[in-house]
Amino acid sequence: MTWMDRRIPDRRNRSPQDHDWYEQRTEIVIAYLLRAGVLTAAVVVILGAVLYLGAHPAAHVDYRTFLAVPDPLRTVHGIVHTAFSGDSRAIMQLGLLLLIATPIVRVMFSVAAFSIEGDRMYVFFTMLVLAVLLYSLFGSSLIA
Amino acid sequence: MNVLEFTFLVWIGSLAAGFLGALTGLGGGVVLVPLLTIFFHVDLRYAIGASLVSVIATSSGSAAAYVKEGFSNIRIGMFLEIATTLGALLGAYLTAKVPANAIAIIFGVVLTYSAYVSRRVRPRTAVEQPPDPLATKLKMNGIFPDTSGLRSYNVYNVPTGFGVMFGAGALSGLLGIGSGALKVVAMDQAMKIPFKVSTTTSNFMIGVTAAASAGVYLSRGYIDPSVAMPVMLGVLLGSLIGTRVLVKTQTKSLRLVFSVVIVLLGLEMLFKGFRGGF
Repeated sequence: MTWMDRRIPDRRNRSPQDHDWYEQRTEIVIAYLLRAGVLTAAVVVILGAVLYLGAHPAAHVDYRTFLAVPDPLRTVHGIVHTAFSGDSRAIMQLGLLLLIATPIVRVMFSVAAFSIEGDRMYVFFTMLVLAVLLYSLFGSSLIA
Repeated sequence: MNVLEFTFLVWIGSLAAGFLGALTGLGGGVVLVPLLTIFFHVDLRYAIGASLVSVIATSSGSAAAYVKEGFSNIRIGMFLEIATTLGALLGAYLTAKVPANAIAIIFGVVLTYSAYVSRRVRPRTAVEQPPDPLATKLKMNGIFPDTSGLRSYNVYNVPTGFGVMFGAGALSGLLGIGSGALKVVAMDQAMKIPFKVSTTTSNFMIGVTAAASAGVYLSRGYIDPSVAMPVMLGVLLGSLIGTRVLVKTQTKSLRLVFSVVIVLLGLEMLFKGFRGGF
């Protein structure tokens, strides 16, 4: 019997071992969701790349000097907005944004998993991590 | 170079980096920044941005393979994430303040050091000690499957591990790398967590840590889609192939070769940094 098929007794009757098996199974489900997230991001990046390479394949590139990416490609709102207007670089950036979002969604799943288990201490720790991540994505332009 | 040439060559280079990184377990992220800056003359900040994004791709993409292979300890990972994400924020903030040449020098040191760490073989004999009260309170002690069935383990030195993790996060944010080697050192050496559990937990932590600095990079304009696209797609595909092939090949000599490559790139970064080439 592989441990994916193992039956998990309900919470009151669980031994510490059952508990670990249960957590591990949750981890596997999350891991597959993560992979789906990464593949979705890759598909969006590829879509943008095809449009981008098709539009100006022979344009000269030079990344020697840092010019910073234009403003609309630097915020969540700007990226989504510009991507849906069909801009190929913005579509690639949207794919990269989806990629950045996968670990964040992963941490959200953990908040849910710890709440279901009733582990308040770890709900608190996980929410701290989530707060740092959300601050980086939405609030860091304030310090940048 | 034109768009097509640049995209294709960077893609091929990243594919090789991702493949070798996964195959040798040394991680592909560390060689991306030297590859982009030294061979493609990409500005250090764009290179760091592209590298960081690809670190998230490999970490999240390979999570399924890692979780099946060993037991990650989600509590240890999540608790230490508090340290790595805060460190990553600090590191990402510092990239704008520290001169590019200084970053290149730090990069060179980290590269050579990580190649050295991964070459050391340390058979650590498990000494039975009474459980650590803090680790017990944080519910970190766990079990993992061994050749002889399930084995339980205890975790020690939580504050030291937490401190090293803050440093690992800061390096990750400063250099756009996963700093997996340092994370494993913190867990395996300092906290006495079994090696298998350390590597699996580290893989999970790498993606979350990178996401913490990615937001800052994005708002600073370090993530250029035209550079990051071929890097991310190449590394992702390379590492997926690498993990598939891993089971069938002897990687010992390949590991040595790749370590040598890493050291050489590290020395080049050091040299160029000291000369003021960035």
